[in-house]
Amino acid sequence: MSEHAEVVKPPVTSIGVVGWLRQNLFNTPLNSLLTLATLYFLWTVLPPFVRWAFLDASWFTPSQVCRDGAGACWSVITQNIRFILFGFYPYDQQWRPMTAVVLLLGLLFYSRDRKNWSKWLGYAWVVGLASMGVLMAGGVPGLPAVESTKWGGLPLTLLLSVFGLTAAYPLGVILALGRQSKMPAVKVLCVVYIEMIRGVPLISLLFMGSIIFPLFLPEGITINKILRAQVAIILFTAAYIAEVVRGGLQAIPRGQYEAAESLGLNYYLTMRLVILPQALKIVIPPTVSILISAFKDTSLVVIIALYDVLKTSQTVLSNPEWMGFSREVYIFLAILYFLGCFSMSHYSRKLEMELSTDNH
Amino acid sequence: MTEKAESRPRPDSEVMVEIIDLHKWFGEFHVLKGINLKVNKQERIVICGPSGSGKSTLIRCINRLEEHQRGRIIVDGIELTNNIKNIEKIRSEVGMVFQHFNLFPHLTVLDNLTLGPIWVRKVPRKEAEETAMYYLEKVHIAEQAHKYPGQLSGGQQQRVAIARSLCMSPKVMLFDEPTSALDPEMIKEVLDVMIELAQEGMTMIVVTHEMGFARSVAHRVLFMDGGQVVEENTPEEFFNNPQHERTKLFLSQILH
Repeated sequence: MSEHAEVVKPPVTSIGVVGWLRQNLFNTPLNSLLTLATLYFLWTVLPPFVRWAFLDASWFTPSQVCRDGAGACWSVITQNIRFILFGFYPYDQQWRPMTAVVLLLGLLFYSRDRKNWSKWLGYAWVVGLASMGVLMAGGVPGLPAVESTKWGGLPLTLLLSVFGLTAAYPLGVILALGRQSKMPAVKVLCVVYIEMIRGVPLISLLFMGSIIFPLFLPEGITINKILRAQVAIILFTAAYIAEVVRGGLQAIPRGQYEAAESLGLNYYLTMRLVILPQALKIVIPPTVSILISAFKDTSLVVIIALYDVLKTSQTVLSNPEWMGFSREVYIFLAILYFLGCFSMSHYSRKLEMELSTDNH
Repeated sequence: MTEKAESRPRPDSEVMVEIIDLHKWFGEFHVLKGINLKVNKQERIVICGPSGSGKSTLIRCINRLEEHQRGRIIVDGIELTNNIKNIEKIRSEVGMVFQHFNLFPHLTVLDNLTLGPIWVRKVPRKEAEETAMYYLEKVHIAEQAHKYPGQLSGGQQQRVAIARSLCMSPKVMLFDEPTSALDPEMIKEVLDVMIELAQEGMTMIVVTHEMGFARSVAHRVLFMDGGQVVEENTPEEFFNNPQHERTKLFLSQILH
């Protein structure tokens, strides 16, 4: 062997902060120009924004103080937070939706780790959902009944999205499998369903659920309005999930089916153990896109006069005392929705990495 | 290089697979034109022939990965019909090894092997894992049990695929060009495993162009062309004294 090549350190200009700046911000003339332009933009925008949003802002003051101040009026949120979060739910009972929401978020948070997935977690969900229902509706000793027409705000948004998404997902998978079925009747039924639902906007489904559907019911029977909206959301989202899952199914090579079949696995086991685990993993990114947009679409229930968190916030703005502070309210809402959407996409990326079997 | 076919233990006279006047069409294309084949227990058949001759289709018919349109296929006394229960029964008795391995990429090697026994045979997990480890030892790959298929070489994957079939304790094994997708240096490790299997008396139907393998383990070699069995003979006769022009041409092309 000849002597080893000397270990030469890379030139200073290619490592460290200077190196990073050079490689990423100033590597071409155009990039340098863009960097400078961006810096100038931030310089003009950031300081006034920080002054408005934090330094000059009023946080817990009556509205009059806000009107005199120059900064943001976060008081519109803090003074009305209970209405924004819980809508028309009886004021002295609002600890109940609060507890329900905390319970739901707690369960979601605990379920995010796949190591915790067990039979017991399933039971915990059943018990948790049941107690959420009891907490919200009441009607048991100690908890006065609260009409569902008074439910609103964050619990309603979470209820519609969490139930909507968890029910739509399996339904979508079943529809996707149905669309690939060799039985013509099943196949046609699924295709018609998917194409029909995808052919109309969610708003029209919500209207149908809230206005047209009750006309077909016998007199005296009414179905809860929230439930009708919930069903519309589930049916709508499922159709989109079905198409995404179908894409995943088509990406699985024929050989996987053949290998599973030649072991003697029947259709159900082939799907459950071999095909779906792979197909659903492939389609995690587009599925999460659908779930995120479905989460945001729950705000459309305002058009059938349900007070989700968007509507309760707007209602605050229609109060003469707080009129005009829409910037603050919408920024708050944006943050709220962003937290929901971002956690979903963050979780999906984590799941994708965990499920990857390519390089360990 | 090879023992004489006559000196090999004669296969059981019990019939394992019987194919009678088998016809199959892909659309208008007549791919199998009246195949007759009887495979006895412990017999080892090698099928060769040019591509498009129908040899893969023939063995895929045996476990109903392809449906035949005329004729009969009887596997271990059960006739293949549209009866799904019969099909599943036969499939669980017939091992199949594919050209492209077809391992389940989302499962570890061990889980690939235990899937069939646990879900089809209802074997307890622990027992299934013991059996799986036994067969992984047998294909010389036990140390890879907890890896995923994507982390193995082609030769290793094919040996896992063989072990996966063996875990179902099949009565007959079908090999569909098991070495065609492998790099040359990996072909031997797979063939060695198949030869060991043959020595233990497994009934095997192998579609392959590995003529060395055919010479050393086959009881009979079938040459197919145009959807028909053109020639059928012992390996000695087949290689040293081919009868048909088509066979001679094929052999001259394949045995440079």
